[in-house]
Amino acid sequence: MAIDKNARYLESHEYAKPEGGNFVIGISDHAQAELGDVVFVELPAVGKTIAKGTTFGTIESVKAASDLYMPVSGTVVEVNEVVKNDPALVNKDCFGAGWLIKVAPSNPVEFDSLLDASAYGKAIGEE
Amino acid sequence: MNTMNMRDEPLVYELSRPGRIGCTLPRSDVPEYALPEGLARTELDLPELDELTVVRHFTRLSQKNFSIDTEFYPLGSCTMKYNPKANEAAAAHPGWKNLHPLVEPEHAQGALELLWRLQEALQKIGGFAAASLQPAAGAHGEFSGVLMIHAALKDRGEPSRKKMLIPDSAHGTNPASCTMAGFVTQTIPSGPDGNIDIAALRAALDDTVAGIMITNPNTLGLFETNIEEICRLVHEAGGYVYGDGANMNALTGVFKPGSSGIDVMHFNLHKTFSTPHGGGGPGAGMIAANEALAPYLPGPVAVNRNKSYRLEIPAKSIGQVKAFYGNFGVLVRAYIYLLMTGGNGLRRVAENAVLNANYLKALVEGVYPVPYKRHCMHEFVAKGTIVPGVHTLDIAKRLIDYGFHPPTIYFPLIVQEALMIEPTETESKETLDQYADAMLKIAKEAAEQPELLHDAPHNAPVARLDEVMAARCPILCYRG
Amino acid sequence: MPFIPNTDAERTGMLKTIGVESVEELFSDIPAHLRIKNLDMPDGVSEMEALAALDALAERNAQTTKMDWFLGAGAYNSYIPALVPALASRGEFLTAYTPYQPEVSQGTLQAIFEYQSMAAKLLGMPVVNASHYDGATALAEAVLMAWKAKEGRNRILLPADLHPEYAKVIATYLTSFDIELVRYDGDPKMVSLDERTAALVIAYPGFSGEAYPVEKAAARAHAAGALCIVLADPVMCAIFKSPGEQGADIVTAEGQSLGNPLNFGGPYLGMMGTTEALLRRMPGRIVGETKDKEGRRGFVLTLSTREQHIRREKAVSNICSNQGLSMLQTCIYLAALGKQGLRHVAKQSYDKAHYAAELIGRIPGFRVATKQFFREFLVQTPKPAADIARALAKKGIVPGLPVSRYFPDRPNGLLVCVTEMNSRQQIERLAAALKEASE
Repeated sequence: MAIDKNARYLESHEYAKPEGGNFVIGISDHAQAELGDVVFVELPAVGKTIAKGTTFGTIESVKAASDLYMPVSGTVVEVNEVVKNDPALVNKDCFGAGWLIKVAPSNPVEFDSLLDASAYGKAIGEE
Repeated sequence: MNTMNMRDEPLVYELSRPGRIGCTLPRSDVPEYALPEGLARTELDLPELDELTVVRHFTRLSQKNFSIDTEFYPLGSCTMKYNPKANEAAAAHPGWKNLHPLVEPEHAQGALELLWRLQEALQKIGGFAAASLQPAAGAHGEFSGVLMIHAALKDRGEPSRKKMLIPDSAHGTNPASCTMAGFVTQTIPSGPDGNIDIAALRAALDDTVAGIMITNPNTLGLFETNIEEICRLVHEAGGYVYGDGANMNALTGVFKPGSSGIDVMHFNLHKTFSTPHGGGGPGAGMIAANEALAPYLPGPVAVNRNKSYRLEIPAKSIGQVKAFYGNFGVLVRAYIYLLMTGGNGLRRVAENAVLNANYLKALVEGVYPVPYKRHCMHEFVAKGTIVPGVHTLDIAKRLIDYGFHPPTIYFPLIVQEALMIEPTETESKETLDQYADAMLKIAKEAAEQPELLHDAPHNAPVARLDEVMAARCPILCYRG
Repeated sequence: MPFIPNTDAERTGMLKTIGVESVEELFSDIPAHLRIKNLDMPDGVSEMEALAALDALAERNAQTTKMDWFLGAGAYNSYIPALVPALASRGEFLTAYTPYQPEVSQGTLQAIFEYQSMAAKLLGMPVVNASHYDGATALAEAVLMAWKAKEGRNRILLPADLHPEYAKVIATYLTSFDIELVRYDGDPKMVSLDERTAALVIAYPGFSGEAYPVEKAAARAHAAGALCIVLADPVMCAIFKSPGEQGADIVTAEGQSLGNPLNFGGPYLGMMGTTEALLRRMPGRIVGETKDKEGRRGFVLTLSTREQHIRREKAVSNICSNQGLSMLQTCIYLAALGKQGLRHVAKQSYDKAHYAAELIGRIPGFRVATKQFFREFLVQTPKPAADIARALAKKGIVPGLPVSRYFPDRPNGLLVCVTEMNSRQQIERLAAALKEASE
């Protein structure tokens, strides 16, 4: 199971990865494997401000639908339009082309309180 | 061997030929009138087929289905019992088919009497004070019942009780119905014995709790032995108990849910009371309540005023949940079934449903692990974890090749790789033997030739279908 | 006769296999003091006796075929071709379950897909679901759907001229939600909308039969940021412009008169269709086309993640069943009548209703109050309509619905419905009898 070392994670499997002053947000490899083939992703509009822990969208496979939770608070600056049309990208490359949204953080220190790669690895190893 | 129609059948649009028609009307005997300016429709893209083509088309389509009339169909929690042909004969009478809902009550006395008698019979079977037959389905009954609790709490001056407790084994309609009635839900775990964890229930009870929704027997096919205590605890905490009657087939004539403290309950007439499933409906959901909640029932309901039957709205009714009085055509079928079955027959139904399930369990549990070492009721849950790499889905699809409809799979969610099997009382011993035999053969195949399972079904009009593609690129109607 | 095949001998063998002495042991989990020996109910009777009892009850109801029938009001006396019940009652359709195992349910699934396709064309919408319980519940769910889609807006504009039972059902469905229902009179394009409006509901036609065009009203709704929901008469849509082509976002309808018997109010058929944009918010089952591993076309339930069995408390709706068999009957009806046949039915109904209105309008004291209608219109009567109806019943005529049934403060309103089932002779007899009853 790939765990991007530059990212930090929520226990609910969303990740945040720093990029410039922003964060790229997506779901982990473990999450996409559990979901199965992703068929649909619902993402917020650019400009929306969402707090950490609040849902920012949903991701669906044939048999399941999951809410997506913000790992950090921020304003959406970019939404991955490509993944909306080709949701399979989340399965193929969740840390790369399968990113979901980019946010300008309102409180960047929230990143530090997320699980780092090693802690996340333990968390999913234990599950 | 399957006897299904294996040939591809074109769509009605593909069979269409310009100028054809499948039914003609008498010529119009009145003058023609112009359609309103600007509102006339010029094009109507419906297919054009002659009658014989329509008949062949739908006949051939029907032959692509498994059905109770053709195959053993042990879907857990669906109660796929035989749908008596007498039901159909009764329902076909023009006195039902040609009866308009808005005739004056004196011109519908037969219908109103049937409604009343059916209400009375069902409420007696459940041990309740009153019933309404307006809900069109089980989930519709759930919604009604939960709204009744909502209304009762409001009348008690306790609208802050917003939380409904739901066991983790519950059917998805339970929490969904709660949401529609404005409640939030909290899950109560099941214990290792398969019943609701009483300690967890106690811990969850506080003055924000509106009640609990409980299925008994639960979706594991197990009776909630502590039902009286559960009801008592919830009542003491100020809440109500909703009973989901989907599994009533295990209990008719043996146990009355109302006697254990359940306040309001629905029955699925298309499960326990033999009305046909119709490929997904129409069903009928009776909702019944004790004295305290009876005034809140949806209406109108039938009443008997000295052998004169009328429709009345209960005193504090939550209102109407559908137009008119319920799925009356379905209720006719349930009523004749009850006449033919009778009080004595209903007990035999439950006894044989439970016997058949335990017998089938005994035949397969040596190979398919059953997580709960108790007698089951009318259904049991086994696990498809017989060989690594083989899943419940594969076993289900392979059963098709043996000529059986698969059981319910992947439900309840609390059992991994679940197979929920409910034979019903209308199946013969030899059918159960054949089914068990097939399951055991499939277990052997799983160990020796797993690809037979992975690629199943081999013997159906289509092979496994790409559900991912259907969801990613939805094609939801004919596109020419 | 509870349809139990196993004999006592077979049961004894089964008990042995299980390892218990008696069936009663299998019920040991039920506390003894809660178990009952029997229900205090009569014993079961034979099929012959049961059918006789049912037939006796059935005979005590009025039948549309035995009178001149002009009563509609949400349930219509329409012709059902013989092939509809003949095909729908086939055991493979009747006794099949919800098509969760698609490989052995292609009959049901393809029929649903065909229904979705034809209903979509009829209503003018790109997507139609596999149906709701009835027209009223479909409309209620459409209102909830629009409210959820328009975050921050909680006002729904509902016509006053709406079937009263539909209005009651909507009220029940909205019980727990902070939604403001505002009733409006007259032409929907004149209604005032603002930024609180989530949806404008248009009844096409209304309870009185009045059919206002939808197009301008829908455009105004959109301009105000609201959605447009249309409750349509599906037969009317065969010859009147569809709600979809006039800009509706959600269309609901009662499909009963497309091949389903009256059956004292149910089971009927809730039709619902919507736009691509709102598709994922639409409740109910939907069937989609796909391929199998060998490239063959097949059909499956799809977009299931909206539904209760997956989404549970977050599901779009709690609905689990559709009206399977009722939907199938409508599907067969639409296929059999087809493009020409349905337009014949609709035009005949329209012509006959307008002929009746013309004759009735000429009777002194009677006034046709509906200006633009399809097959149903409201008549102002010189004497209470209920009295007139009672008098005509003695002549074997049911002239319509006295609206005092729903509106006690409107004793002189009669809602008259004319369909393809009414002959010219019946219509002329109606007019003559109305004249006589008013003298």
